[in-house]
Amino acid sequence: MTTMINSRFPSPSRRTVLMAAGASLVAAPWVANAQGADTVRIGFPTPLTGPFAAEARDQVRSAELAVKLINDKGGVAGRKVELLVRDDKLNAGEAATRTLELIEKDKAHAIVGALSSAVQLAVNEVTRARGVIYVSISQSDTINEVKDFSRFTFHEALNPHMTTAAVAKHTFKRGSKVAYLVADYAYGHEMLRGFKRAQAALGAESVGEILHPFGAPDYSTFMPRLRAMRPDILCIANFGRDQANSIKQAVDFGMNRNARIVVPVLLHNQRLAIGPDAFAGVVGGANYYWGLEQSIPSAKAFNDAFRAAHGGAVPTDYGAYGFTGVYSLLLAMQAAGGTDTDKVVAALEELKYDVAKGAQSYRKCDHQSMQSVLVLESKKRADMKGDADLFNVLATEPASETMLRTCSELGFPA
Amino acid sequence: MDAELIAMQLFSGVALGAILIMVALGLSIIFGMLGVVNFAHGALFMVGAYAGLWVASLTGSFWWGLLIAPLAIGAFGMAIEFLLIRPLYKRSVDDPLLLTFGLGYVLVEAVRIVFGSDGIPFETPALLSGVADLGIGFFPVYRLFVVGVVAAVLVLLWLFLEKTKYGLIVRAGARDPLIMRVLGVDIGRVWLMVFGLGIGLTALGGVLAAPMRNVSPEMGALVLAEAFVVTVIGGMGSLIGAVVAGLLVGVAVSMTALFAPEMATIVMFALMALVLLVRPQGLFGRAVAGH
Repeated sequence: MTTMINSRFPSPSRRTVLMAAGASLVAAPWVANAQGADTVRIGFPTPLTGPFAAEARDQVRSAELAVKLINDKGGVAGRKVELLVRDDKLNAGEAATRTLELIEKDKAHAIVGALSSAVQLAVNEVTRARGVIYVSISQSDTINEVKDFSRFTFHEALNPHMTTAAVAKHTFKRGSKVAYLVADYAYGHEMLRGFKRAQAALGAESVGEILHPFGAPDYSTFMPRLRAMRPDILCIANFGRDQANSIKQAVDFGMNRNARIVVPVLLHNQRLAIGPDAFAGVVGGANYYWGLEQSIPSAKAFNDAFRAAHGGAVPTDYGAYGFTGVYSLLLAMQAAGGTDTDKVVAALEELKYDVAKGAQSYRKCDHQSMQSVLVLESKKRADMKGDADLFNVLATEPASETMLRTCSELGFPA
Repeated sequence: MDAELIAMQLFSGVALGAILIMVALGLSIIFGMLGVVNFAHGALFMVGAYAGLWVASLTGSFWWGLLIAPLAIGAFGMAIEFLLIRPLYKRSVDDPLLLTFGLGYVLVEAVRIVFGSDGIPFETPALLSGVADLGIGFFPVYRLFVVGVVAAVLVLLWLFLEKTKYGLIVRAGARDPLIMRVLGVDIGRVWLMVFGLGIGLTALGGVLAAPMRNVSPEMGALVLAEAFVVTVIGGMGSLIGAVVAGLLVGVAVSMTALFAPEMATIVMFALMALVLLVRPQGLFGRAVAGH
């Protein structure tokens, strides 16, 4: 780097560069201290590298947008908000270390983030031990349960229970024969458990389950057995590139001729990555789809702000988690008049917010965000009106406690 | 569990094995002839897929991508050998290993910068899409095509190495480069060509895999591991070893997928460990003593 500067510019400018660099080094601790008094700092660990990088990037973009919108309106009690993004590398240990640093070194007032069921539990371990608020924006059922819960823990994302209940309600019928292809880790296991519970209630039956290794690139060897199960519904419960690869290969094997492919969460980025043909007709749940703007004013406002910030691009499902998670926390901080943890916790528990997808609020016992669940169907190429026109909204299950496990079921005292 | 299902599962295994052979071939050839352990192998597989995608989108035809990308990436491989690896031949065997390891990272990051970290769709060519009825079950036409291409490549490679004068030089050069030099053969040129060939095969594997998998910057990571497993089981540097081991691993993975699907990835590593215990040089490897 220095040699490049050296060759292009005369030496005075190089000296200036060095002086500036030196000055900023000396000034850095002072700047940090000054910030300590003024800004509201939100730590944001997310897997910027690894197989969920695309989703993580969208989370960051939308979280930054939430911070910008709040800052434009004067911040929190006159203080500017700052988002401290850290790469957790989709690794629980890495996430715990980054979170600890955010709390101890960067003096973060609260943590929002994570994009894997296992990683968020590691973040939650750290935050609850330190008494710092954590708003999780990745799906998990266990984080609602009394074992992992703390009063500092909030879960903004959907949980597998509500996602699978909504998807099953609109796809499973009495007598449906369902075959499951499931990623062999927490996310897949929780989704499978949710689907089987819904299946029992709806009178559908399971004709077989196959657990596949996480991150498998080839699914061909599972296809003969899945076909032999003769399902009406092939339910594929995995995430990220696993979803893209397994759906594509299932369609290559003609599995969608006799069976409908159903997934717990139909991922915006994976549909983009694989193209419309393999995904056509696949049904799955979602927390958000930009097409909601036709009926929901807050979705329109979110999309417009995002389009303005990102050259006309629309926000994605996981992006919206970054937005609603950070925005709701900042609204609660505004209501609490600052960053005092007890006051912010109380404000979050009382908060009624509608920032992107209609009415949301945190349930008192487990701090699960009660919100609508969308059931989406991937469009055929011929039906798409533009590159971003990916899905039909088949149904919107409204926010309701009936979609959640009861507080006593989760282990909370009545 | 009926016979048809088991037959189908066996066939899936063989087809998967064909893909594994394609992936391992380049790695094995380069090690066998040059003694270089190419850790950039997975990254070059990925670069091959992107190059195929790029050419296909420019020309509007998968076939041009399949033809041009391996040639172009093969030439790129020759440039890597000439500019980066050649200066390291007289040094420790670790040096080319470290170099290619770093090169792998550089390539992945470069692709991220140029094409983004999202995957890119690569549609199966219309001519080869659809499913074929094999009598015992259904199988994607495209995968049958891949098996055919791999078989053709193997036959051509065998003819080249065993039946041509140039193939003879290559084989002799792998045994004893010094004698070849004494005989007046420009061994540097042979190595340049072999490296290019190995990388071209890897890139061909990438283009062939693209319509079956998500094309993403990380798609080469597991491929590198698979290629190593196959070459280690078959014997580092043995062509026939790579073929036998590829099929063996494919069938082992497929049969495991039938009976214990969650073990389907780990089984290839278990197989490798077993082979290393019983026959450390691999099934078809030459014993390394004094090499």
